[in-house]
Amino acid sequence: MSILKKTLVKRLLLTTAVSAALMMNAAQAENKRIALVVKGLGIGFFEAAVKGAEEAAKEIGDVEIIYTGPTDTTAEGQIEVINSLIAQKVDAIAISANDKDAVVPALKKAMKRGITVISWDSGVAIEGRQFHLNPSSNPLIGNMIIKLAADDLPEGGDVAILSAGATSTNQNTWIAEMNKVKDHYPNINIVSTVYGDDLSDKSYREAQGLMKSHPNLKAIISPTSVGIVAAAQAVTDAGKVGEINVTGLGLPSEMAGHIASGASKSFAIWNPIDLGYAATTIAYNLATGATAEAGGSIAMGRMGEVEVNDDLEGAMADPFIYNSSNIDDFKYIF
Amino acid sequence: MKSVINALKSRETLLALAIFLLVLLVSSRYPAFSSVESLSGIFNDTSILMILTLGQMLVILTKCIDLSVAANLALTGMVVAMINNIAPGIPVIVLLLFAILLGALLGAINGYLVWKLDIPPIVVTLGTMTIFRGLIFVISDGKWINAHEMSASFTAFPRYEILGLPMLSWIAILVILLFIPLVNRTALGRAFFAVGCNPMAAVYTGINIGRTRFMTFVISGALAGLAGYLWVSRYAVAYVDIAGGFELDVVAACVIGGISIAGGVGSIGGAILGALFLGVIKNALPVVDISPFWQLAISGSAIILAVALNTLSAQQKGRVILKTAGQGA
Repeated sequence: MSILKKTLVKRLLLTTAVSAALMMNAAQAENKRIALVVKGLGIGFFEAAVKGAEEAAKEIGDVEIIYTGPTDTTAEGQIEVINSLIAQKVDAIAISANDKDAVVPALKKAMKRGITVISWDSGVAIEGRQFHLNPSSNPLIGNMIIKLAADDLPEGGDVAILSAGATSTNQNTWIAEMNKVKDHYPNINIVSTVYGDDLSDKSYREAQGLMKSHPNLKAIISPTSVGIVAAAQAVTDAGKVGEINVTGLGLPSEMAGHIASGASKSFAIWNPIDLGYAATTIAYNLATGATAEAGGSIAMGRMGEVEVNDDLEGAMADPFIYNSSNIDDFKYIF
Repeated sequence: MKSVINALKSRETLLALAIFLLVLLVSSRYPAFSSVESLSGIFNDTSILMILTLGQMLVILTKCIDLSVAANLALTGMVVAMINNIAPGIPVIVLLLFAILLGALLGAINGYLVWKLDIPPIVVTLGTMTIFRGLIFVISDGKWINAHEMSASFTAFPRYEILGLPMLSWIAILVILLFIPLVNRTALGRAFFAVGCNPMAAVYTGINIGRTRFMTFVISGALAGLAGYLWVSRYAVAYVDIAGGFELDVVAACVIGGISIAGGVGSIGGAILGALFLGVIKNALPVVDISPFWQLAISGSAIILAVALNTLSAQQKGRVILKTAGQGA
């Protein structure tokens, strides 16, 4: 009997404590509560983005970050999460969507309740959000990949491109954007574009072929994560580390070994920390009066300002450059 | 008997000639292609394909097909890479033997289903192909094992040179040397032909068809396992999609090499030449500067041409393999 009573009392006390805490939260609710909804929990890239979000929260002051997402990377899971965030009456939702259309109805409901909704990284269809933040843009990426090659080649030289498939849209767009700006890098002579189809063995063979048919080759640009790794390995195996630099777009976790060996001096990809930071500041600014309209711009703290295009999208910045000085900080993140 | 041997000879001679012409043709555009260094590089690059083609040859000889080889390769490669990542101290030779055993086990699953449940091999191996790929995702969580997560000795082994040839090439040569007595001198080796050529007659000579097929799947699996380690260490990366679609290259190499899909006809020399033919094309296309779309058309036409040559040379269809009734038993 007494034991039962004790537990009852305990439970009562606990409940009171919890509701008191909840009330206190409500009392402090002048804080803007921004929910960062990610594709799935436990993914290094998003864990890093949250670091950036926390940084932004600290900088702004009256912001509370709610980091959430489904345990599996499904749209259904995200819809559940969004519904619970609506019930919690958060101030803003910043989502990286698993499906650009499936989450629209839930997000529309959120916006109807006065919640600011933006998407970042992986976008939502235009009717389901107020703004979408791309990590970068095609022109910025196109410029970056040739700039990376040029930066390590002050005296210039022959450079070749190892792409994925000949019909792969994003690769072709980036290469086309690169060709538009190649006159800014007059010393860089693009000799060939080959296609590794995002297969390790074919990319490796194509890289070998490039080295054979262009004896003066100084750099290989590969804007694909499979290609850049295969090319770096091919250069290492050919004993041409230091002679030929492999660069392009890759992931720090996959490129760490090739940065250490010197086969690749630098490569680029978005910085998830900056992305989380920018998404948070934009969500905060939109929740506190700023508007996202075509032709306008939104402030994003230390990242400057983002310009809003006709589709209510914007590009954060140049891809971030990874090299031997920072690779170790990022190789366990993504 | 003599005429049969002659037909065989000419089939392989023709293919060898085609390879020779191809090398000449490429050399006219890119002279360094026919240098010793370049040719040994092509042999090395084709080693994995040759190993898998030999295994596939046995399977096809018995009227079966193994579409799971590339997935088996990828799964074994991933497992070995993960072990190396967790315990870099384990010697490479142990991992190599483990890869062969694991590959054989995966092959045995195919073999068992074909043997005991009598499911058509194309269905079984299509199924296990997807299962193996799925398993890689499950065990790796979709993550890559990268160069810096592998030990130095793990990636150095296939590159270790003896007499100027890398270990990868030597392993392919070793497999070929082991295959010659297996196929030509053992009862099991002759049983492969007997089962594919005339299953009824094979049963009457006391050959267990199911068990023979089971053995071909085990051997093909073991070689895929071996290739799994070699692939992962050669390209210094392991992820779900490695060697995606490679099973088709392997089957194509068999067909080019004159191994009849209907079973019972084929030779080690043909398999090796078939693989080398594909290897030469794969290595030639990057150095002859032509559009990637033409490249696809060219490699497709080359395959059809090679097969057409083969069919023309194989005037005599069907041949007696068992020299004496007693040999197969």
